Amino acid sequence: MYPDETIAAVATPPGEGGIGIVRVSGPRAVEVVKRVFRPRNSGIDLDMVNKELVYGHVHDLQGGRIDEVLVAVMRSPHSYTREDVVEINCHGGFIPLKLTLETVLTMGVRLAEPGEFTKRAFLNGRLDLAQAEAVADLIRARTEESHRMAMEQLGGRLSGIVTRLQDDLLSLLAAVEAELDFPTDDVGEMDRETLSTRVGDILEALDRLLLSFATGRLFREGVSAVLAGKPNAGKSSLMNALLRWDRAIVTCVPGTTRDVIEETYVIRGIPLRLADTAGLRETGDPVEAAGIERTRRALELAGLVVMVGDAATGVSGEDRELASLVNGRPVVLAINKVDLARPEPAFQELAASLNGCPVVEVSAVTGAGLAGLEQAMVETVTAGSLPGETPLVAAARHARALGRARDLLQAVLARAGEGWPVDLLTIDLREAWEALGEITGSGAGAELIDRIFRDFCLGK
Amino acid sequence: MEYGAGRYDVVVIGAGHAGCEAALAAARLGLSTLVVTLNLDNVALMPCNPAMGGPAKGQLLAEVDALGGEAAVNTDRAAIQMRLLNTGKGPAVRALRAQTDRRLYMSLMKNVLEKQENLHLQQVVVDRIEVGRGAVRAVVGSCGARFDAGAVVVATGTYLNSRIIIGDLAYSGAPGNQMPAKRLGESLRSLGFSLDRFKTGTPPRVHRQSVDFSRLKEQRGDAELRNFSFISPVKQREQVSCWLTHTGEDTHRIIRDNLDRAPLFTGFIRSAGPRYCPSIETKVVRFADKSSHQVFLEPEGLETLEMYVQGLATSLPGDVQLAVLRSIPGLAKVRLMRTGYAIEYDYVPSFQLKDSLETRAVDGLFLAGQINGTSGYEEAAAQGLVAGINAARYVKNEPPLKLARSDGYIGVLIDDLVTKTIEEPYRMMTSRAEHRLLLRQDNADFRLTEKGRAIGLVDDGRYRSFQARRQGLDDGLRFVKRTLLPVTAELLAGMQAINTAPPPAQGITLAALLRRPEITFRELVFLGASELPSPEVRPLLETEIKYEGYIKRQSLQVEKLLRLEGRLLPPDIDYASIRGLCSEAGEKLARMRPASLGQASRIAGVSPADIAVLLVYLEKWRRSAPA
Ligand SMILES: Nc1nc2c(ncn2[C@@H]2O[C@H](COP(=O)(O)OP(=O)(O)OP(=O)(O)O)[C@@H](O)[C@H]2O)c(=O)[nH]1
Ligand SMILES: [Mg+2]
Repeated sequence: MYPDETIAAVATPPGEGGIGIVRVSGPRAVEVVKRVFRPRNSGIDLDMVNKELVYGHVHDLQGGRIDEVLVAVMRSPHSYTREDVVEINCHGGFIPLKLTLETVLTMGVRLAEPGEFTKRAFLNGRLDLAQAEAVADLIRARTEESHRMAMEQLGGRLSGIVTRLQDDLLSLLAAVEAELDFPTDDVGEMDRETLSTRVGDILEALDRLLLSFATGRLFREGVSAVLAGKPNAGKSSLMNALLRWDRAIVTCVPGTTRDVIEETYVIRGIPLRLADTAGLRETGDPVEAAGIERTRRALELAGLVVMVGDAATGVSGEDRELASLVNGRPVVLAINKVDLARPEPAFQELAASLNGCPVVEVSAVTGAGLAGLEQAMVETVTAGSLPGETPLVAAARHARALGRARDLLQAVLARAGEGWPVDLLTIDLREAWEALGEITGSGAGAELIDRIFRDFCLGK
Repeated sequence: MEYGAGRYDVVVIGAGHAGCEAALAAARLGLSTLVVTLNLDNVALMPCNPAMGGPAKGQLLAEVDALGGEAAVNTDRAAIQMRLLNTGKGPAVRALRAQTDRRLYMSLMKNVLEKQENLHLQQVVVDRIEVGRGAVRAVVGSCGARFDAGAVVVATGTYLNSRIIIGDLAYSGAPGNQMPAKRLGESLRSLGFSLDRFKTGTPPRVHRQSVDFSRLKEQRGDAELRNFSFISPVKQREQVSCWLTHTGEDTHRIIRDNLDRAPLFTGFIRSAGPRYCPSIETKVVRFADKSSHQVFLEPEGLETLEMYVQGLATSLPGDVQLAVLRSIPGLAKVRLMRTGYAIEYDYVPSFQLKDSLETRAVDGLFLAGQINGTSGYEEAAAQGLVAGINAARYVKNEPPLKLARSDGYIGVLIDDLVTKTIEEPYRMMTSRAEHRLLLRQDNADFRLTEKGRAIGLVDDGRYRSFQARRQGLDDGLRFVKRTLLPVTAELLAGMQAINTAPPPAQGITLAALLRRPEITFRELVFLGASELPSPEVRPLLETEIKYEGYIKRQSLQVEKLLRLEGRLLPPDIDYASIRGLCSEAGEKLARMRPASLGQASRIAGVSPADIAVLLVYLEKWRRSAPA
């Protein structure tokens, strides 16, 4: 929002071979990158560099090596944003990319808002008037994308937990505020111990959540990709082939898989949560029916659907039904068992009915076409997410907000113990609540006032 | 028959808390001013509690005072009890509250108006506001008197088309059984304003000699003399007590048995009432698990035996009110003097205002107080002051005074009015101010007196005393930051005695000691510090030192916010045509018409992405505007 702030984000999706760029823009860009980057040729000073690539390593603040990188410095006004811009080209895939971004963000650099680089380019006169609307469209599209990702993170589990924590904080805050604003009402004073216990509980939950960020679980479990198709199409076989180990049970009996089986899976630096599901069909078996219900739910949350067809049996009514169910979502059509038969032309029509989704011919048994399938999956996942707002960045945003909330709540605990008055504690409490709101998209002052009156009988 | 009754620069309609401040401000700024009211015996009436101040409201009063308004001084003069609330809860929420002598408050204020140069006070029922070429021209009374006006402030409180409701009885009437303003609302409608309806209520009043005080708990005023005004003339005060009792299951049963006669529950009253001022029947229904609610008896004044029954606002029928009262400990034989009632009234929803309190539709027409959907005397006085100042500035062709949220609760109040949809009578609360540590009662003069001086409302006397206070604070800050206590055996023993750790290795400054939560100036004296700053500046000094870190943090946030406040939005934006705005944001922006990006960002439904889009739009607009 403020032009004198330096911002950073991943500027490209982690693409081929795991290369990704962390872009830093603003008056402090060079200064900040200098602190995390060590050029191979120690004689090189980034301050002196312009428009050339410098080879070296990115380090974390403790001096630990993160990644081997190429750094490009572009000086104002000869850069995309017309500000000083430094781009760090990382090579090691998404974990180093994430660490590089996080390290930069610890140095008073703010994570860029969706579309913010382009917005700055426009505000600084880099783009002409005719492009203004395109800039506005971009901001809108990327914001929606970012919200969608927040909701999809862990199938909504993250936002569920955060919403609950935020609600706990709100009710605590409302209790304290009611007491402050209505001292002559018998609201009942909250003693330090109760306050500290309640803050401590929230803090514990936050710590657990942050730990899962730190171990990377949340990243690895990023986008959910669901294998779906009629019974016996070879979904479980494909899952095993993609994972390169026999995770799921494979038999020639249709209806083998009953439950949703999940496994983390990284293709080309993109974290996927790969799920094998029960084949969709009408069934009288209650166990299978329950499995099918789970498949439907998994499909609702899927960031990518890999629809598995069977070349040997051709396109059936069940395939068409599934297609209409997932239409509009990111889909890849994998025609399996091409070692047994040539796919009939009806598969092309099926793909056409799915907005011309990519079609790949594979064989789970021979391994033919698997590389092509991975390629199609990567493209479909990243095409949906515009450059600049990858799952990675969405997650970094969350981790930062959670981290801020934790720091603030720790301050509350410390200050409460030292005997500071409660009106000071509310400053940190309130900011912690707002930090969580950055993830859930709520947290306005009006909610607090509503809660005060909902929970307490106040007034003359 | 209509006749010319004179010409005034500023005409103020209504002499309640808003009207009085507005009229005084305009007159003190040198403009010929007329204030008209329905009944000259009811200037500055307190139709509800005979009390002023409390959290957020005390801050408002101090701000009115710092800018050169009258309400704080008048409260100090009419107070019969003062208490400092939230003393242990921290500097941001500490607040003074006064019980006042209602009649004394009124007569003192009326006399201030009467004696004010440039100001004329007259009893007139206003029927009509005249507008020509988009600007206000005159005010016309029911007897035909026509007052030409350069600017008009409407501060008619709850009097527009008001209706009083007690049980199944409802009649057209205003607070205290006065007459309502019937035609003025129509006049506003015909000028294009939309009006809506709110409801509020007040409790019964009882005779002091019918109360059994042995069953009640006494609540005395503070021993220490305190005042709202930074230049208060009051040096001593005798204080009267309030008395605390409570409802019980008996009371609640009576209420529940009579809900079929309670207009709030039979659908007889439909308009929204304030959640912070619920009727006793609402409390009993909504918080059914609470077995008891507090009831305060507050004296109405020194020369009356009437007592106000706080906590018992109601519109139940008269017989039920009496039964309810008599079920309360200490009130078994109580004699009712006035029945409680609910009142419904028209107000002008505040999206029709600019942040100067001028209406969007009519130039030179300002609205202040409950007509804007607020409640409370302090909120009214604050708006009246701003409206009076801005009416005067309008006449003098000067830009309006605008206060930011970081300037004071007055800024928060007006900003909320123009950026939020107000769904119940608006009451100020400290939790509405996101930077309340900066908006304390004790620093209102530091925040606003220079502004008041620049406007012309702060006279030399007030200004000199402010300068002295500022000097005292500066000197004091320097002193405590520079003065070192050397480490001696006595100091260490003293620190141990008052339980403060860790002991210093080298000499320690007074400021460093004051930063510890357990240390105040009293402890500094105990530790042997001498030549300390004068007692008057000590509380302020303590706050500034102790909370320095938080104060700095909030100041930094404010600085950032102010940059968005500075980005003004052209008034004629067609929000519907801006690509990239989400549709809800577009509609809200078109309705609220924020003056700046800062205001826009506070409108519910407008997201940071919408602000980014607006920034892009502003840049586009700037570039395509002819140079
Ligand atoms: N020849 C050949 N056989 C395959 C291929 N993929 C799977 N099969 C066989 O097809 C049968 C069903 O495979 P599964 O992977 O269990 O199929 P599924 O879609 O998971 O079936 P359900 O879980 O029952 O819905 C097994 O006998 C597999 O060996 C393939 O590419 N070629
Ligand atoms: Mg299977």
